Amino acid sequence: MNETAGVTLTRKDFESDQEVRWCPGCGDYSILAALQSVFPEIGMQPHDTVFVSGIGCAARLPYYMNTYGVHSIHGRAPALATGVAMTQPDLHVWVIGGDGDMLSIGGNHLIHALRRNVNIKILMFNNQIYGLTKGQYSPTSEQGKVTKSTPFGSIDHPFNPISVAIGSEASFVARTHDMDRKHMMETFRRAHEHRGAAFVEVYQNCNVFNDGAFDAILKKDARPDMLIPLRHGEPIRFGADGAHGVAVNRFGEPYVCEVADVGEDGLLIHDEHRPDPTLAFSLSRLSTGPHMPTPIGVFRDVDRPVYEVEVAAQVDAAVERQGPGDLAAVLASGPTWTVP
Amino acid sequence: MSIETPAVATKGDAAKLDRVVIRFAGDSGDGMQLVGDRFTELSAAFGNDLATLPNYPAEIRAPAGTVAGVSSFQVHISDHDIVTPGDGPNVLVAMNPAALKANLSDLSPGSTVIVNVDGFGERDLDKAGYLDNPLHDGSLAAFTVYEVPMTSITIEATRDLQVKPRVAERSKNFFALGLICWMYTRPVKPIVEWIEAKYAKKEQVREANLAAFRAGRNFGETAELFDHPYEVEPASLPPGTYTNIVGNAAVAYGLIAGAQQAKLQMVYASYPITPASDILHELSKHKNFGVRTMQAEDEIAAAAIAVGAAFSGALAVTGTSGPGLDLKAEAIGLAVSLELPMVIVDVQRAGPSTGMPTKTEQTDLLLALYGRHGESPVPVVAATSSSDCFAAAFEAVRLAVKYRTPVILLTDGYLANGAEPWRLPDLSALPDISVPFATEANHDNGFWPYLRDPTTLARPWAIPGTPGLMHRIGGIEKEDGSGNISYQPENHERMVHLRQAKVDGIAADIPGVELDHQDGAELLVIGWGSTWGAIKAGVRRVRAGGEAVAHAHLRHLNPFPADLGDVLARYPKVLCPEMNLGQLAMLLRGRYLVDVRSYTKVRGVPFRAAEMEARMLEEIRR
Ligand SMILES: Cc1ncc(C[n+]2csc(CCOP(=O)(O)OP(=O)(O)O)c2C)c(N)n1
Ligand code: SF4
Ligand SMILES: [Mg+2]
Repeated sequence: MNETAGVTLTRKDFESDQEVRWCPGCGDYSILAALQSVFPEIGMQPHDTVFVSGIGCAARLPYYMNTYGVHSIHGRAPALATGVAMTQPDLHVWVIGGDGDMLSIGGNHLIHALRRNVNIKILMFNNQIYGLTKGQYSPTSEQGKVTKSTPFGSIDHPFNPISVAIGSEASFVARTHDMDRKHMMETFRRAHEHRGAAFVEVYQNCNVFNDGAFDAILKKDARPDMLIPLRHGEPIRFGADGAHGVAVNRFGEPYVCEVADVGEDGLLIHDEHRPDPTLAFSLSRLSTGPHMPTPIGVFRDVDRPVYEVEVAAQVDAAVERQGPGDLAAVLASGPTWTVP
Repeated sequence: MSIETPAVATKGDAAKLDRVVIRFAGDSGDGMQLVGDRFTELSAAFGNDLATLPNYPAEIRAPAGTVAGVSSFQVHISDHDIVTPGDGPNVLVAMNPAALKANLSDLSPGSTVIVNVDGFGERDLDKAGYLDNPLHDGSLAAFTVYEVPMTSITIEATRDLQVKPRVAERSKNFFALGLICWMYTRPVKPIVEWIEAKYAKKEQVREANLAAFRAGRNFGETAELFDHPYEVEPASLPPGTYTNIVGNAAVAYGLIAGAQQAKLQMVYASYPITPASDILHELSKHKNFGVRTMQAEDEIAAAAIAVGAAFSGALAVTGTSGPGLDLKAEAIGLAVSLELPMVIVDVQRAGPSTGMPTKTEQTDLLLALYGRHGESPVPVVAATSSSDCFAAAFEAVRLAVKYRTPVILLTDGYLANGAEPWRLPDLSALPDISVPFATEANHDNGFWPYLRDPTTLARPWAIPGTPGLMHRIGGIEKEDGSGNISYQPENHERMVHLRQAKVDGIAADIPGVELDHQDGAELLVIGWGSTWGAIKAGVRRVRAGGEAVAHAHLRHLNPFPADLGDVLARYPKVLCPEMNLGQLAMLLRGRYLVDVRSYTKVRGVPFRAAEMEARMLEEIRR
């Protein structure tokens, strides 16, 4: 709980007066609830928080948060949020978008915001489909996906969003899902605490156009054997009785193993802070889609200079060096002559 | 005194000229822009009025020696107020056959041609596509031709310096500069000092350039090729302190002045593109003004970054050229819908598509006005001269901030790179154009982001970080007042009209038409943007010839000045010269039902005074 002028903020303080209009049963509801629940806990203030989104079902979220918000244009939210952060580096800036918004039309802005390490928290709701435009395949849809635009199955090879983020020099990369409020809250808290760009992939069920896309790993009884929780400093281990784990082969590649085969000491100890991204990247390759054991949690969390802080520092340094700007002096700094 | 050929009056050793147009032309690698710049600075400091026209290929290293690789720099200096870089040169310096070939058609009979005869070898002639040597085949009979062995004299002059032959050879542009400086009686010291400072750390280059420059002067003095040098006396310009300015720098300074007077921090986001990049370069030097510059991943990002900055309370600016303006369209439309202040600078260049990146054009007017989906009105402001870019940029900022709207500022390649003397403005006389941010609720139900100011129709600007004013806005249609999402038909129609009315209302906040009327004039010549100088020069010639003509020039293209319809109706004939296929003419005809005649030119170079004069006379006699 956090307090402003003696008032304790609650989840209600982050709910706007707008009626939430996703389809009944949509996974977006639980993501919104997780955000509104965790914000009071992590000390967020409505007035210094900005939600920026592109276009899509996911991108409607800012309307429902009682903060500042911009529902912008398709794919451009990471860029727009960069402008917000550059102007007011003290704001808390969250970016919301779908898999199409972030990885198709907005892929370029996503990778550049990540490499610049702008202090924005990017939540990508991955439902592996275009929801708002009524069900075309997306850049994360599995190959062969039959949709209205691909009646004979899609030919495209999909992106692995975590791999894209790590390949884009992201300093914080995590995955969570809409079936586990606690895990989402914890992941959002971690993203908030990270200084710099945070990329969080949220598996989200679109029950209208891609229902059950994640059932193989997210159904309650499937989870123990299909989700690989990543916990910093701990051996990577999963399965109802902890029988499975992740070890590293002689090429340095992680693979899913039986603990009985490699022994507890043979398991990979997860290190979010490894400066080199190679291992985190390899972990993201453990599963090629939500039908096999899939890591969730924080893949990577490293410290890097924050873009807008550096921008401001250059401005400060220039003032320090040259004094505050004097336009008359600048205009007269080239060759001048006087006509009497 | 004729305006066409410079007036000469012999006086002692030097003959007096009232004006002269000099063009340095050579291969892209010959350093013609550099010596052109030097001659310009020198003449400015000397007190001449001047205007310049750089012209260079888009390729960094176009094939050496070919016509496509020719780079030139034209400078017009005079002892009186001038408004254009001159039509054709009176003196052409051609470093090789390609430079001669590319520029010959701009010369009128009687002009002077100075060639570097060392550059006229067989291979050089071949590369330029000459079958016969033009120096020998009589094709230059109409001109006074001086054949000067610039390369060999330069190498000779640097022999004792032990510089590498390549360095010596490359100094020949300073030989040409030295010779022209002698011909026009320019002071020596500033060039020598400039070379010494510029190449302080490169001894060989410095010494070679100095030797070449001196050799050029000495050649003029001793070769007995030339009868005598000329003088172009200082112009009597209005009193004040002057500097030389190119349009891109003036835009940058105008934006800084705008930010200061609006009391806002500037965020400038841009993606490199010719000929707009220098605005980014210039602003990036001035971070101590609090300017945050950012090279975005593309123009879409740059525009979106600007929208985010505007939402957060910055003076948001993004600059580009035509292809980039295409890309920014959707984000500009968002800013129209969000009603946030933002300035978009479009330095127009020849299109469509990549077109001719280094050549000038005015072909983005309709794109600026209408190049977005939906009814998406945006105020459009245009600069008329290189120095006017300062005032135009300031005006764009003023309108953007006051009316909470994106504003497009149009300049072009000619203004961007062309230089002219600029009387430094009195910055303390600039108006305060700041607007307050919203700080408290404006309605019983809290804060309504679309509750407008009844006069300007601007909505309140409540920036993140302000307690109690949290609000969500987006590109979806908003309910009048509350700003909540609304798909209601009547509301949408009202909002479309409100956004239009807000922009239209600006007409009451801008001056009437800038009109140079002449009694008896039946012909009104109306232009916008960078044709100002050429139209003005044409008008002067027509009037000098005893005919009457009026000139109107538009700073505001949207909305038009309130009295524009009345002004147009006063003249039986209206001529509209444009560097496009008649975009303003179409707007005027459609809006005011006036029979505007279009005069167009799309060759990548500005109109000339002589062609303006001829066309005006044709209209007058029609
Ligand atoms: C420039 C542009 N192109 C296309 C669209 C149409 N469009 C809106 S949302 C969307 C895709 C949405 O998919 P996703 O980003 O995955 O979001 P979801 O609806 O699944 O949450 C598309 C193609 C648009 N709004 N703007
Ligand atoms: S279409 Fe799918 S993603 Fe969109 S609101 Fe409905 S269920 Fe959710
Ligand atoms: Mg989607």
